[in-house]
Parts: sequence; C-alpha cells; structure tokens
Amino acid sequence: MEYFIELLFSGLTRGSIYALIALGYTMVYGIIGLINFAHGEMYMIGAFTALIVSTVLSIYGLPLPAILILTALAAAVWAGAYGFTVERLAYRPLRNSPRLTPLISAIGMSIFLQNYVLLAQTADFQPFPALIPEFAFLEPYAAIIGATDLAILIVSALVMIALTLGIKCTRIGKAMRATAQDRKMALLVGINVDRIISLTFVVGSALAAIGGLLIASHIGQTNVFIGFIAGIKAFTAAVLGGIGSIPGAVLGSFVLGLTEAFATGYVSSDYEDVFAFSLLVLILIFRPAGLLGKATVEKV
Amino acid sequence: MALLTRTDLRQALVTGLWFMFLTFPLLVIKVDPVERTVLWRWVNLLWVGGASCGAALAVRLWLAWRAARQERIRLGLAPAATIDPFRLLRQRRVALPLLVGGALFLLVFPALFSTYQINIMTTALMYVVLGLGLNIVVGVAGLLDLGYVAFYAVGAYSYGLLHLHFGLGFWTVLPIGGLLGALFGILLGFPVLRLRGDYLAIVTLGFGEIIRLILENWSEFSRGPSGIANIARPGLFGIELSLEAAIVYLYYLMIGMVLGTVFVVNRLQNSRIGRAWYALREDEIACQAMGIDKTRTKLTAFALGATWAGMAGVFFAAKTTFINPASFTFLESAIILCIVVLGGMGSIIGVVVAALILILLPEYLRAVADFRMLAFGAILVVMMIVRPQGIVPTVHRTYALNR
Repeated sequence: MEYFIELLFSGLTRGSIYALIALGYTMVYGIIGLINFAHGEMYMIGAFTALIVSTVLSIYGLPLPAILILTALAAAVWAGAYGFTVERLAYRPLRNSPRLTPLISAIGMSIFLQNYVLLAQTADFQPFPALIPEFAFLEPYAAIIGATDLAILIVSALVMIALTLGIKCTRIGKAMRATAQDRKMALLVGINVDRIISLTFVVGSALAAIGGLLIASHIGQTNVFIGFIAGIKAFTAAVLGGIGSIPGAVLGSFVLGLTEAFATGYVSSDYEDVFAFSLLVLILIFRPAGLLGKATVEKV
Repeated sequence: MALLTRTDLRQALVTGLWFMFLTFPLLVIKVDPVERTVLWRWVNLLWVGGASCGAALAVRLWLAWRAARQERIRLGLAPAATIDPFRLLRQRRVALPLLVGGALFLLVFPALFSTYQINIMTTALMYVVLGLGLNIVVGVAGLLDLGYVAFYAVGAYSYGLLHLHFGLGFWTVLPIGGLLGALFGILLGFPVLRLRGDYLAIVTLGFGEIIRLILENWSEFSRGPSGIANIARPGLFGIELSLEAAIVYLYYLMIGMVLGTVFVVNRLQNSRIGRAWYALREDEIACQAMGIDKTRTKLTAFALGATWAGMAGVFFAAKTTFINPASFTFLESAIILCIVVLGGMGSIIGVVVAALILILLPEYLRAVADFRMLAFGAILVVMMIVRPQGIVPTVHRTYALNR
C-alpha cells in the first residue's frame, strides 16, 4: 500500500511538471495552430538559467529564500525572452505559410537552441543545487513524499490557478481567448493580435522554465538534452487532454504522469518512454481530439 | 539615396542590445556547481552584440535594396527578369556537362583520393539515398516523417542480426532489408493514415524513438547498447578482398545504389502513383474527390520511402561493420530532413546536391564541425523563411494539349 501511495505521489509530481510544459503547447496551439517544437527547449533553458543564477548567487552568499525567488524570476524572465525571440524570428514571418513550413522551422529552432546551449555551456550532466529546504513536518512521511515533491505540487497548482484566473478574468486573458477563437475577427475588434501571440509565447515559456527549475532541483541534475523528451511527453499530455484546451492539458498531464509512474513501478522501468509514446500513438488513433477536445471537421 | 534611415539604425542597435541581454546568462557565465567557481566570458557579449547588430543591419539593407529594385522595375528602369543561378541547373546545356563531369569525377574518385576520403564519400552517397527516400515521403507526398531513421535502423539491424544468427550475406539481406523497411513503413502507415500533417510528424517521431528504445533495452534480441560487431562487408563472388579494396568496392556499390535510386525515384515521380502523391500533398480533400485512393497512396509513399531507408541501413551495417542504437537517434532523422528541405522538397537534383554539401562540408571544414548541428537547425529555419522551395526548386512536368 505504501508503495502504491509512493507511486501515486510520484505520478502526481510528474503530472504537475508535464502540465507546466503542456500548458505552453496548448496555449500556442490554441492561438496559432502550431506545434511549437522548440517549447521543450524553453524548459531546458529555464533549468540551465536557474543553475547558473543560483550558483552565482550562492557564491555571493545570499540567503536561501532570496536565491530561490531570484532564481525562479531569472529563469522565467529569460525563458520568456527566448520564447518571444523565437516567435519573432522563426514563426512570425511564416504565419500565412502552409502548415508544414512553420513546423519545420520549429524543429530547426529546437535543434538550434539545444546545440546553442550545448556549445555555450556543456554537454555533460551538471549537478543542480538543492534549492528547496527539507521540511521538518514531512519527516515521518519521507518514504512517500519529499520536500521537492510537495513544492512541485504546490507551485504548479498555484501557477495553474493563477493562469486560469488570468485567462478568465483579465482584459488580456479575454483578448487571448478572442484571438484563439478567430484571429481575423479579433484583429477587427481592435485587439493587437501580434502582441497577444508574443505574450502567449512569453507566458508559455516562463511556465516551462518554472517546470525546468523544479524538476532539476528535484532530480538534482540537468543537461541540455532534457528538453527533447520532456517536450514530447508534454505534447503527448496536451494531445491526450485535447490540444488547445487548457483544462485538457492539465488533465492529460496527470493521466500521463500517473500512467508512467504506475507502469514503471509495476511493469518495467526500462521502457518508461515507450509507455508514453505508445500512449500517444494510441490516443491519436482512437481519439484524435483528445479527452476534452472537440473533433473538428475540415471544410472545403 | 540613403538606403538606411535613422530608424533602421536605431532598431538594429536595439536588436543588438536585446540579443546581448538574451544570451547573457548562457553565453557569458559558466559555472562549475561542484567547485563553486564562476567563469565570466565578457568577450562573448561583444561578439553577440556586434554580430546581431550587423545581421539586423544587413537584413534591413537587403530589404531596402529589394524594395528599391522593385520600384525601379515598376517604373521600367530595370529589366524584370532575374537570373537564378540554381535555375540554370535545369537547362540541358548547363546540366548535361555538369552531370557528365560529376559522374566522371565520382568514377575516378577512388583512384585520386585516400581510403579515408573514399569512406567519407561513401557516407555522403548513403545520405543521398536516404535523402531521396525521405524525399518520396516528405517532399513528394507531403507527409512529414520525423521517424525516418527507424527504417534505417530496421535495415541495419536486419543485416546485423541475420548475419549474426544465420550467417546470411550482404546480397541476401539487401532485398530483405528493403522489404522489412517497407513492412515497417506500412506498419507505421496504417495507424497514422487518418492523422493531419502536424500530428503525423509527432507520431512518426514517437515511432522512431520507440524503435530505438526497444533496440536499446531488449538486450536478448538486439544486444542492447553494446551493439553488434564484426558484421561482414559485402562479398564479391567469394573473392577475398583486402580492407582497401573492400572500401573501394563498397564505394562503387554505393554509386550503383545511388544511380538506381535516382532512376527509380525519377520514374516514380511522373508515374500514376507519383502524380497521386503530388495531388495528395497539394490538397487531400480535392485529391479524394478526384477518385484517388488516399489509403493506398499514403501507404505506398511510406512503404517506398522506407524501402530505401532499409537498404541504406544494410549498406550502413556493411560499411561500419558495427551497429548500435546510438547511431539511430532523432538527430539522424533531422539531418536527413534537413537534406530534403535544403535541396528543395521533391527535387532530385536538389537532394543530391544538398546531401553532398551537408555531409561533406563538416568533414572538410573541421573548424565548423562543432557547429554542425547548430548550423543544421539554423538552415531549417532560414530556408523556411527565405526560400521554402529549396536551393534547386522542383519543376513539375507540364502536359500540353494537342488539338
């Protein structure tokens, strides 16, 4: 039973991280219909920026809470800046091209960013400092849930609530929803669509960066290749929930996280990634619209 | 007439500053988390600022120049026709001597260069075959396949395993590898038939990764990450060949393979199925309305594309005599995709030229070898923006109606 609960929490933690990344995928897809292949790299850039900033700050001897806050801020700001730049350079000039054109551009961007960080930093695994302190009250439950697990669950829940409220209640959120529904119409009613699209990329990348920071401090290491697999898995989660739908992305992420946790716990850990990919293939075959998505009919 | 205005200069400066900010943590700071030391590389900041500012200026200059030129053409001050150097390749009087010269060069290549160079050339030719194979799927039929390397792996492992367990030789396995590739192509093709372009890309990518992960983890079957060694080189009627002779022999086999591929692919493009592929690429719904069997058309594209990858895989195993799953990562698929995109989707000459450029250039310019993947990524992006039709755009055969 204890093993089951341990796996449950592990699944929830994974799910939260996937959700943080999947939200960016689903928001971008909802607005411009592009699978932002380079999104996984934002997660990696977030983790690396966090590593650099936290190490520098700790060498200068700042207290742990200050390091944590500044690191999270830096990771989110820089990943957001990368997201903004990528959209500006690689996607905006292609907005009215055939579907495959921006997708190939996105794949190129992903390869470019991965190798850019590899050349600028290192190809090796880098140990990541423990940013989240051990909590005394968790002591008795150490076997099933650690401090970072708890932090991941709480932070991602807060972020998701904030995002949902932001999209639901603010003017910008309304403009985002309008742009997602009909870009041309949004333009006609005076929404600065370009700015909304940029903002979507910035927010999505910042969320992914927070995810990267959390997972790196959970695992205790990071490298430049983490973005690829995490990106595909988060995409799987987004498709599972129905791409373009924000609650769908969260639901899909938890389903995927739990499936992975139980499959690796009870079946075999060698095939961890195979489970995720097989799940993706199965969903796309049997329910291409996802759990919460609406099936669309292509009209001539 | 000043081509650049004050705004242009200011914006270029802003671009430079923005990139300096953007790349600051990753390019300037390098930390060692264990030793707790920081290396500040301020020089990089200057490089980035200068390069991005210069690039922004160059782009603006080019745009201004183009606008001015178009204005002149509109006013009738300049001739409208532009000469595209790569279009010249299409003309028979340019193409024929080039083709003959190229063929002669390739034929005498082993006599002129060292074994090392021949090996590199063989690799490049292998990528020509892979590029032409993927060209059927991506370029002609318009199905973005990101897991193409899976079929390459199937080919390589079918030779490796059949040789290991049953002692089968290269010539027996070559058709088997092709067939197995086609079989896997259909296997992948069936479930993804209903999927739209971008979903298809992700599923094929997942498929490629699944194949690699299975090869890596199912050690009883594939010997896992340690791979299969001592695979035999191709035989020549039982004659024992020295290492050098075997490499030269493989080189000529590869040339034969490329010629065969070019011939078949060229014939396919103007065949009934080839035209169906083009139709499918342009508009799926209209294509179905014209009575084209979508299922069969897509499956043949997958199967035929995969056949070439399977055969190239057998060649790969025979060439390196050692295979392991690390040779079949997503990056390999990305390189092949880059060849197709750079060459021009659907264009045979383009794919050949692009494969030779992309594979040979990093080999001979060791200085740029580290930046190879960086450049491949950038090529994909830049090509999509500047020249989505590729360096040698494909020209469709046109049919005239004679009354």
